[in-house]
Amino acid sequence: MNEKNAALVESALKEYYFGHFDLIHVPPKPTQREFGYQKINGGMTRHLSIKDNKELHLLLMKEIPSDVYCSNAYYSFPSVPMSEKDWQGADLIFDIDAKDLALPCRKDHTISKCSSCQQIKNEGQPQCIKCGSTKFEVSSVACKNCIDKSKEEVKMLIEILTNDLGIKNEEITVHFSGNEGFHLRVVNSDYETLDSQERADLADYVMLNGMMPETFGIRRQANSKPLLPNMDEKGWRGRVAKTLFGSKAKIPKVTREITFGGYSTFQLKLEEMRQTIGVKVDPKVTMDIHRIFRLEGSVNSKSGLTKIQCNDLDAFDPFVDACLLGDEKVELTVNCPVSIKLKNKKFGPYDNEKVALPKYAAVYMICKGIGNAI
Amino acid sequence: MDYISPEDMAKYPFLAETGAYLKDKGLTLEELGNPDWKPAITKAYDRIVAGISGEIYKSNLEEPDIEILSFVIAVILLKKVGIPTLNRRFSLAEARRVERYLEKDLKWDSQDSIKEHLRRKNESHSISLKILHDQFNLDVTTNEDSFKVKATDYLKRAAHFHEREWKLVNRRVEGGMVHLSSDETVRLIRKELSEFINSRIQAVNITFVPEAFEKPVIELGSLAKKFSEPATFSGEYPPCVKHAIEVLDKGENLPHSGRFLLATYLLAKGQSVDQIAPLFKNAPDYNERITKYQLEHISGESGKGTKYQCPSCDKLKSENLCFATAECDGIINPVQFGKRRKS
Repeated sequence: MNEKNAALVESALKEYYFGHFDLIHVPPKPTQREFGYQKINGGMTRHLSIKDNKELHLLLMKEIPSDVYCSNAYYSFPSVPMSEKDWQGADLIFDIDAKDLALPCRKDHTISKCSSCQQIKNEGQPQCIKCGSTKFEVSSVACKNCIDKSKEEVKMLIEILTNDLGIKNEEITVHFSGNEGFHLRVVNSDYETLDSQERADLADYVMLNGMMPETFGIRRQANSKPLLPNMDEKGWRGRVAKTLFGSKAKIPKVTREITFGGYSTFQLKLEEMRQTIGVKVDPKVTMDIHRIFRLEGSVNSKSGLTKIQCNDLDAFDPFVDACLLGDEKVELTVNCPVSIKLKNKKFGPYDNEKVALPKYAAVYMICKGIGNAI
Repeated sequence: MDYISPEDMAKYPFLAETGAYLKDKGLTLEELGNPDWKPAITKAYDRIVAGISGEIYKSNLEEPDIEILSFVIAVILLKKVGIPTLNRRFSLAEARRVERYLEKDLKWDSQDSIKEHLRRKNESHSISLKILHDQFNLDVTTNEDSFKVKATDYLKRAAHFHEREWKLVNRRVEGGMVHLSSDETVRLIRKELSEFINSRIQAVNITFVPEAFEKPVIELGSLAKKFSEPATFSGEYPPCVKHAIEVLDKGENLPHSGRFLLATYLLAKGQSVDQIAPLFKNAPDYNERITKYQLEHISGESGKGTKYQCPSCDKLKSENLCFATAECDGIINPVQFGKRRKS
């Protein structure tokens, strides 16, 4: 990020941190967690120990970090090198990101910009029309559909966590990630001691990864009789049955088709179901038991939006509720071929033009790599 | 459940109650040297030979005392021989023998009439549930041939199994509980059971063994040689490693987990950091200094000296880095690819 951009973003962050201590808290068991942060254009500083909100707020004011993180893990000695921390357990975390949902709207709000000359690339263009470079930087901007679809994934995940895995609703917190998705945190003593491999299997469960036809009595040998699930069953069996049959009236017909189709046809059906009804979480996040995860209440430097708790998921609008930077007007040049809605105001499209925008929108453009402070 | 019958002790001779039972009978190690006990020594030897050959020894519950003694003597013989491979093989075979009884008892104990009987006697646990609870911290809820364990207890065990049928997604999961059959429930603790038996062998503290034990000890020592055959390496890369190399060759981005796989695999195959580092030169974000730093860290040359192991096939599957072919059959980690035991 160039100096002018950095100065503008930093001033917005400073204002934000100073005025929003009420939103930024240390999570439970703070003294057992590892904290870390990044400054604009700086590397990661981690293995920090912070004992309370006061100490955290002091760090934010002193360092004005662009991103702040805190471990999902609890350690005996959080500030020493990883091998000596003495891992005690970790909250179960899930990351749902719109970019992983393969949504058709993505192409409408994804901007590719030439890495050398900043020229915007049009769809299907293999190289920059201005300088011929083949290297592009890609960024995706605000889209309501992406958020709505991500919310559906969150709801499905909560349904699985509560109904299948016995986790209580009050043990789950949902946060907007600060960019294009949601983070879920589960604080439950039974699950906190699971290791990485065990969490990977749990992630596969919610994603419907690895379900075998044999689970339904369908074997490679042709003479096996299917033991198809019942639509009233709980867990994945019931969900699979509902997807397979649609309605009770169709059960005999679908059962015949499955029996006739055999192993590989059913395997393909399971694969289709994985894509349609499996929850799209990032398994690498869930299985990482040493991750430092974005801190609630901090700003995400990929957008300038805040990672904020969603108490009412349906009503939550990240482009209003998480857009918390100042609204003082600042001038910048913006090259954005699509329009963006923040705080219920429409911005753009802009064709490499000089505009005066409220700070929250200016920071958003800069963070997305489509705006430059003057 | 306070009383354990001799028959139960014969099925589960690793229980602490067995020691007290033998002590009550006045049986000491010196006493076992007496020719009267020769059949028990022979049985112990046979029990070990069957176990280390991969067979499941058949217990004779009609002679519980000899059964119990043959296990105790087998443990002493193995401790005296002192070859870890024999201990491991024996422990695994014993675990599988115990599993059969546990499964049978679990089924029996789950019957409503038995549960009612226990309730009347004010006993909450029958033998199988007691063993699972006390020794392995596994609480099982039973209801007429239906068995349930907590999802976390299931994951802590089954997530380390390599057969796909054990993946949680292939199980009936409801309200935080996983539904299992009796044999599946018992299978969950096979590794712990085997490790527990092995730990009992390790824990034996003997300063003296009767003369009658010497011959079987020598024979077991020579038998052990059979189980230390060398393995050969075909020199082929597994498909996941090939894929990682191809991605890098094309100058495409290989995720961190793919780079970790490549580095740990090649380090495990004896390559040095300097030999591996050039492979990453084509990566879009290549930085010589950082690559070297990370490789040295993974190899244990820097940092705290922890040498990281190559991730398992299961982990690679979860990370979408597995491209298994027929040649991968039976392996659980890429480093095993191409290894064949000499037959």
